[in-house]
Amino acid sequence: MKRLATATVAAVMAAAPVMADLVFPSLSYRTGAYAAGGIPFADGYADYMTLLNERDGGIGGVMTRILECETGYNTEKGVECYEATKGEGALVYQPLSTGITYQLIPKATADGIAIHSMGYGRTSAANGKVFSNVFNYPANYWNGASAVVQHILDVNGGDIKGKKIALVYHNSAYGKEPIRTLEELSKKHGFELSLLAVDHPGQEQKSQWLQIRRERPDYVTMWGWGVMNQVAIQEAVNIRFPMENFIGVWWSGSENDVLPSGDDANGYKAVTFHNVGNNFPVFEDVQKHVVDTGKAAGAGDQIGTAIYNRGFYAAMLAAEAVRNAQAIHGVADITPAMMLDGMESLEITEARMAELGMPNFGPSFKVSCENHGGPGTVGVAQWNASSKTWSLISDFKETDMSVIQPLIEADSAAFAAENNITAGCK
Amino acid sequence: MFPDQFLFGVEVLLNGLMAGVLYALVALGFVLIFKASGIFNYAQGVMALFAALTLVGIMDGQVPFSHLINAIFGMDVHHFGWHVPAFAAILLAMMVMVGLAWIVQYFIFRHLVGQEPIILFMATIGLAYFMEGFGDMMWGSEIKKLDVGIPQGGSFWIEEATAFLGGSNFYGFFIDQLDIVAAVVAIILVVLLVAFAQYTKQGRAMRAVADDHQAALSVGISLSFIWVLVWSLAGFVALVAGIMWGAKSGVQFSLSLIALKALPVLMLGGFTSIPGAIVGGLIVGVGEKLFEFLIGAPFLGGATENWFAYMLALVFLVFRPQGLFGEKIIERV
Repeated sequence: MKRLATATVAAVMAAAPVMADLVFPSLSYRTGAYAAGGIPFADGYADYMTLLNERDGGIGGVMTRILECETGYNTEKGVECYEATKGEGALVYQPLSTGITYQLIPKATADGIAIHSMGYGRTSAANGKVFSNVFNYPANYWNGASAVVQHILDVNGGDIKGKKIALVYHNSAYGKEPIRTLEELSKKHGFELSLLAVDHPGQEQKSQWLQIRRERPDYVTMWGWGVMNQVAIQEAVNIRFPMENFIGVWWSGSENDVLPSGDDANGYKAVTFHNVGNNFPVFEDVQKHVVDTGKAAGAGDQIGTAIYNRGFYAAMLAAEAVRNAQAIHGVADITPAMMLDGMESLEITEARMAELGMPNFGPSFKVSCENHGGPGTVGVAQWNASSKTWSLISDFKETDMSVIQPLIEADSAAFAAENNITAGCK
Repeated sequence: MFPDQFLFGVEVLLNGLMAGVLYALVALGFVLIFKASGIFNYAQGVMALFAALTLVGIMDGQVPFSHLINAIFGMDVHHFGWHVPAFAAILLAMMVMVGLAWIVQYFIFRHLVGQEPIILFMATIGLAYFMEGFGDMMWGSEIKKLDVGIPQGGSFWIEEATAFLGGSNFYGFFIDQLDIVAAVVAIILVVLLVAFAQYTKQGRAMRAVADDHQAALSVGISLSFIWVLVWSLAGFVALVAGIMWGAKSGVQFSLSLIALKALPVLMLGGFTSIPGAIVGGLIVGVGEKLFEFLIGAPFLGGATENWFAYMLALVFLVFRPQGLFGEKIIERV
């Protein structure tokens, strides 16, 4: 009898397909100088996947598994993390650093694994004909730069000729990303652009803000990260620069950036490609299935913060791409190659976001081989210091693709030429 | 009336002096430890971070190790529910730094007496990373607002009193009130440290140890006590630096990187001179700000301050390796 039972179990095991986990590496940075930004993103990413496991039993019946690897926001460590985790069946990488993204583009392309650099990384990766494995939907830095100018246009009734706009930027590849777009936009709209570089880490910015005080720009926009953001906002307060005329990119728009300046930061703005706050039905599920059961990645107190929401949104987009891949290929246990198919034909609709308990959490969009960058629609959020909350003060609006698309084409063509890539779709 | 460009230059110079004071505050901690023990304390920046974290934690009534406690015991504690006044919190934070000094001496450097300087340096690297992780576990890694009542922002009085010097484009000199407070604190700190070293029994013992460990031991000075004393003083200086820098940017882990700003100051002022740290800080502060104003921003695309400070220090190093005020090392064969 015992032998019969053993044979039966063995037969069942042989007949049933082995369901591996759906592996999502998380190249996080929970330590070091940038930990305050890295932790909420990693928590949001992990909590969404945990929610799917706890509430739904995974995606399509297959459990998700987060493979977290600490990069310390260091490019070399990020590459090590990639090499250490890619063999585990990694479906998509979120490098969480522009430097790491640049290093992983050729590696992931050679390995047939997808990269999703959402709101960072190489902007021209939006051209899927050249960057077959890299996706940066729903928006990139150049959309961000255009959104800043668009907002200033809106505030000024569409005419900003002769206005002065200063860009305070992290003196790195990341910080320099919007310069070309802003230069093109300044030619188009007739505003005067001044550039102020801040060296890493940005703890001392007196020179830059004295220059701003001397030149009196009408608006200041910022491409900063880490301590640079907090110091810049405090220095703006110190010189009594009007906060409503100070607009950061999404990496300069978290609670971390404004809280140290207290009430003085009231009115500061940041462009964003996802919604803010915790007023979404899905977060009730997170509380019930993840936080209350002690399975949250963090203390559960970051839900609704700007960067937690970004990590959560990135995870939702990854999970939806998995569902899409499962539907395309008719299998639940997908491979990295199938994941690429799922990402390349991903469609996010408002109806689907509402179904997920995330109505208007981000823009509706459809990805294609030609367009890995999504719609490039961006909204503007404003900080309320008394309630300590961000609120979206505009819809996700279209950005100036007449300026951005030629830049994407030119930069991706240069990359294709350098790397002997023949642009095209399958 | 002066030309606006000249007045802007003066404003940059004044702000350079103020920035230099803040750099010097960090450099002072390095000098104190190096002078007394010959150890280049890599952990000085992290000590400033740890001191500031502890201060904010005490002020806000934060439960230390709350994440750990909650994870292990399934509790949900974060705050004690009280708020400690700034002055009392500073005293308590100082007590923690004295405790840390004792721990460092008892568990690390007591066992490394007589070792090569490079071994002691390596020990401080280990200490820096340990303290960073320990600080994270103890107080969490979120950015915290530090408000000990120091005013911030440009001084209206100075702006209004000096606006008449220039034309319509000149709005008066901008000087951050926090920088003024930092300058006053730095002056008091240096006077106190010099007076302590010159006129107190412990101060004289500290200098004796700095001159010659063996000779100091032979006349009955406790090396262990002096090292605890020196690490405590360095902890106090780190606390002051942490307060000033933390008030500018919030208390966060990148605070440990302020040590980078102290290195050119040390190269310039010498590793063994307290006044040298101040003068070195002022030269670096003024030099980098004026270079950025006159050459960096208009001709080189800006962001020249970091490398210019090191280049300036390097030039001094070539011509005067011991720094402006450092003791000249003569080894007789």
